[in-house]
Amino acid sequence: MIDLHVGVLVIGAGPAGLAAAVAAHENGTDSILVLERENEPGGILRQCIHNGFGLHRFNEELTGPEYAQRDIDRARAAGIPIECNTTVLSVSAGRVVTCVSPEKGFRQISADAVILAMGCRERPRGALCTPGTRCAGIYSAGTAQRFVNMEGYMPGKRVVILGSGDIGLIMARRMTLQGAKVLACVEIMPYSSGLKRNIVQCLDDYGIPLLLGHTVTDIRGKERLTGVTVAEVDGSRNPIPGTEQDFECDTLLLSCGLIPENELTSGAGITLSPATSGAVVDERFETSVPGIFACGNVLHVHDLVDYVSEESAAAGLAASEYIRGKGKKELRWSVVDGPGVRGTVPQQISSGLQDDVRLMFRPSGVFKNAVAVAESSGKEIARKKAMIFTPGEMALLNIRKEALSGIPEGSITVRIEGEIQHG
Amino acid sequence: MDKVIICINCPVGCRMNVKLAEDGSFLSVSGNTCPRGARYAEQECTAPLRMVTAVIPVSGAAVPLSVKTSVPVPRESIGGIMKQLSLLSVRAPVSQGAVIVSNILGTGADIIATRNV
Ligand SMILES: Cc1cc2nc3c(=O)[nH]c(=O)nc-3n(C[C@H](O)[C@H](O)[C@H](O)COP(=O)(O)OP(=O)(O)OC[C@H]3O[C@@H](n4cnc5c(N)ncnc54)[C@H](O)[C@@H]3O)c2cc1C
Ligand code: SF4
Repeated sequence: MIDLHVGVLVIGAGPAGLAAAVAAHENGTDSILVLERENEPGGILRQCIHNGFGLHRFNEELTGPEYAQRDIDRARAAGIPIECNTTVLSVSAGRVVTCVSPEKGFRQISADAVILAMGCRERPRGALCTPGTRCAGIYSAGTAQRFVNMEGYMPGKRVVILGSGDIGLIMARRMTLQGAKVLACVEIMPYSSGLKRNIVQCLDDYGIPLLLGHTVTDIRGKERLTGVTVAEVDGSRNPIPGTEQDFECDTLLLSCGLIPENELTSGAGITLSPATSGAVVDERFETSVPGIFACGNVLHVHDLVDYVSEESAAAGLAASEYIRGKGKKELRWSVVDGPGVRGTVPQQISSGLQDDVRLMFRPSGVFKNAVAVAESSGKEIARKKAMIFTPGEMALLNIRKEALSGIPEGSITVRIEGEIQHG
Repeated sequence: MDKVIICINCPVGCRMNVKLAEDGSFLSVSGNTCPRGARYAEQECTAPLRMVTAVIPVSGAAVPLSVKTSVPVPRESIGGIMKQLSLLSVRAPVSQGAVIVSNILGTGADIIATRNV
């Protein structure tokens, strides 16, 4: 039984969901509902208390909570209802959303268009195959961030961090400032995917060593962690015998990447991309199921929230056009990852383009003095030079609408050419 | 005196060589690709500045209050600022932008609330 029908239903009130809802509203859709499982909107930004957000979008450096508040204020000013404490349990291909909340119980809501904006989660320890015992004291860096910044608990006193992604670096500083001793940040790759700024201001400032080309080979402790062994790795990432060093610690933080949270997406029968772990979408962020759109970290992992907001506003606009019957189109090109490129979004481009198309992807390594190229039927349709492409930074490549006219149906390949470098 | 520092202003991460006088004052920089690097090198070698963010406990709310310095402060004042913040607690409600401590440790920076509680 359907309890309620709405025009656009948004799942998740992080920056993605909020930007999508506001854009749909601005485009004239007045029946909008946002569902959020936490007790307040804002998403993961609520726990990112450090500054550095919003430089692209607002031209100033905000903290995470400040950035989130701007979108919350915009949504409230537009009168968009946000129902918190409401967890979505499933989404059907027919756009019926099943959700539950303590206040309203179990409900089924149907919608003309659904926007998936559930964000991502951290890669758990199981997915990393770390060796050793299963003792307490091992956390993902984001979980530790939540404990320290939102719940007021310190996860431990002597800390080793595995992985040098930005969240791990930020937590190295956070834990140090709260009185913990961070012994080392251990990275298996010969370079860090974290921002230079975070390496300088979160590690170097506090004399925390960054061990590149190293990994954790043993984890010790019965109930609580008592220590880890760290060893250097060779070119194929295997530990080199004889290079082991022991660290006595009570806490190990894992900062080993994020994965889109797509249980609801696959439950709706939506096609997922193995490269991004998110839905396959076209240039308007519509998934393989008509009327269901995806944006933000649930679609592909972003490093800059500014791009999340931009992409999600486009998805919100497209959803609103869809319910007015303006969404008719045919898929014409599929976008394929070439050498040096991983996880290009969108994966499909349709006919009848109204705007240029912006491709987003991850470089598969560090390239200097490089160029990104998009090609179809042997013809170059876009090119962009850059002093550097790194895996830690999403790359963008614009295809002009005109460049696609006259290009026959088929595939578009994106690749990066340049000097491959480490570090 | 020579010092090697890495520019943090963009992903290129230029390695720069900075020459400093005996008294620590800035003489010259090389290795930067653009002027932003030179400006950063001088600031960073003579008077490094940092933003400080932290949380403080709130009576009457389940979440702590996140705060920041209104402007970057000298790096060596971070420890003192954290110590002073650890002694604080505030009472809800507090709104974003409220000044919690003004001119902390004489740095000229205020401690500002970054969320509503
Ligand atoms: C730990 C962490 C630290 C980060 N640090 C930085 C940083 O320092 N700088 C930066 O620029 N970017 C950072 N990012 C990335 C940036 O915060 C994200 O790009 C941005 O928050 C993504 O927005 P989003 O709306 O897609 O996802 P989120 O902010 O994760 O929001 C998703 C929302 O959906 C809700 N939700 C999920 N499933 C359901 C469901 N079934 N039912 C109802 N609601 C649901 C969640 O509760 C959440 O509120 C970080 C990300 C993470 C995970
Ligand atoms: S000097 Fe210029 S090019 Fe080099 S890292 Fe700094 S900002 Fe980038």
